[in-house]
Amino acid sequence: MVEHYLSLFIKSIFMENLALAFFLGMCTYLAVSKKVDTSIGLGIAVIVVQGITLPVNNLLYTALLKKGAWAWAGYPELDLTFLGLITYIGVIASMVQILEMALDKFFPPLYNALGIFLPLITVNCAILGGSLLMVERNMNFAESVTFGIGSGVGWALAIIALAGIREKMKYSNVPEGLRGLGITFITVGLMAMAFMLFSGIQL
Amino acid sequence: MKFLRKILDKQDHHFQKGGKLEKFFAIWEMQDTILYTPGNVTKTASHVRDKMDLKRMMILVYFALIPTVLMALYNTGLQANLALAKIGGAAAGSGDWHTAMATFLGIGSNPENLFSNLALGALYFLPIYLVAAAAGGFWEILFAIVRKHEVTEGFLVTSLLFPLILPATIPLWQVALGMSFGVVIGKEVFGGVGMNILNPALTGRAFLFFAYPAEISGDAVWVAVDGHSQATALAQFADTTMEVTASWMDSFIGTIPGSMGETSALACLIGAFILIVTRVGSWQIMLSVVLGMVGFTYFLNFIGSDTNPMFAMTPEWHFVVGGFAFGTVFMATDPVTAAITDGGKWIYGFMIGILVVLVRVINPAFPEGMMLAILFANVFAPIFDKIYLNKNIKRRLARNAK
Repeated sequence: MVEHYLSLFIKSIFMENLALAFFLGMCTYLAVSKKVDTSIGLGIAVIVVQGITLPVNNLLYTALLKKGAWAWAGYPELDLTFLGLITYIGVIASMVQILEMALDKFFPPLYNALGIFLPLITVNCAILGGSLLMVERNMNFAESVTFGIGSGVGWALAIIALAGIREKMKYSNVPEGLRGLGITFITVGLMAMAFMLFSGIQL
Repeated sequence: MKFLRKILDKQDHHFQKGGKLEKFFAIWEMQDTILYTPGNVTKTASHVRDKMDLKRMMILVYFALIPTVLMALYNTGLQANLALAKIGGAAAGSGDWHTAMATFLGIGSNPENLFSNLALGALYFLPIYLVAAAAGGFWEILFAIVRKHEVTEGFLVTSLLFPLILPATIPLWQVALGMSFGVVIGKEVFGGVGMNILNPALTGRAFLFFAYPAEISGDAVWVAVDGHSQATALAQFADTTMEVTASWMDSFIGTIPGSMGETSALACLIGAFILIVTRVGSWQIMLSVVLGMVGFTYFLNFIGSDTNPMFAMTPEWHFVVGGFAFGTVFMATDPVTAAITDGGKWIYGFMIGILVVLVRVINPAFPEGMMLAILFANVFAPIFDKIYLNKNIKRRLARNAK
């Protein structure tokens, strides 16, 4: 039992890394990876939000959206899965808002540390992608918690590694036309190649 | 010697700014600094008083690779000759130009004969090496001329490392392609030697590995004779139906099938000795890679597994088969892409050692993990350095706080 969740956790960090295996959340991944410190902040924010929204979306999906979820009210045929996208993004947006307010009130240092990143990751496709993957794979509640935290950790790891490389690349003499995003795209491609180390491991 | 210097000085003005051959300064500078240490000195701080520039360093790596190259020649020829003898003499392999050439030159195909093995091995190795050097040199010089940086021996080392990690049967166009990818995408787009993040030779090989898996993995490519397939020792370990044919001593000396330069742990140890004595390669990295490997192997031995025979593989076997020794000595210690700080080096090395065993044992997709483990550790090396630096800064702040 524990083994199952452990393997799901490891898998979501390395083998199915949201950033480097699925290429999700690329916009923030490329834009906010110039400095290690900020990317650590963003990474933590993604872990927290992913770890909260995935279980919530999972509950909503099983209780309201799934086909047969309304059977108790006399509608066994009712299938609301087409409302999935709007529900998940709504949940993500409101969760981020609530989290922001709660942090501001109760943990000001953490709120200050995360700063702009909390509202920013509302539109991070890694978060929405995580929810959609969770639904597609029919995860139960406990699995969605594991997958949420694991995929968040994987994404955070990837962005911190990229930020480290980009800080080192300040000393590189990149050709004019490639400076900035161009070389970052190439770097991410090479990183993804290195991450293929884990592809194929069966847990 | 003064005479030579005089000739060089006389021609020099053509290549300086304003001269008629100004464009080719990079090539001129290259041959000049091969012959003599550069004449220009630093004018502002900081001064480095050392003859050990990048060029001399790379040349030392080149020398350290010589035992491996000799072993590569011998073993490639030996494996081919053994296979030929098995399937019926040189006549059987006559469809292949290498064998035809060997017969034409009267080399013979006797696996007992040292010269015959070396010569046949050279017939396989040299074309691959020349193509790699030509492709690498072409891009290096092109970039040097266009971007006005110097040509360094980095490409010489890369173009020697690259053939050594390829199987002898690799098509030559793939050698050129892989080398081009490694040099251009792996190195030159980052600004050339010293600024890349991944090892260029490994980047090129990884590119070939994922783009053309048929020519660089499986059982048919390791022995340079058509229609003869023989698994590498690692593949034999992983498959319960096969028996491990090579003894430990064979694997240590390197007379087993595999990529050309990687089979001999002995030659790699000689190289390691040269690198450590001249302080070109970092002994911290080599040691920590080995320690990481040994530690993790014992851990897996301890866990054990009924279905996966690789769990029972012992550290001394991990050390001699596959590309472990070669990667540890020549690839992981690459001063550009490895971690630079003392603490960073240890973490970096442990990571490689653990990952390579992890991939060999648990990942059925790849029998060998050295290449990807090093690339993966290259990706994280800057972070290790950063962590160590920050720790140091914090400690010093705490110590000097009033």
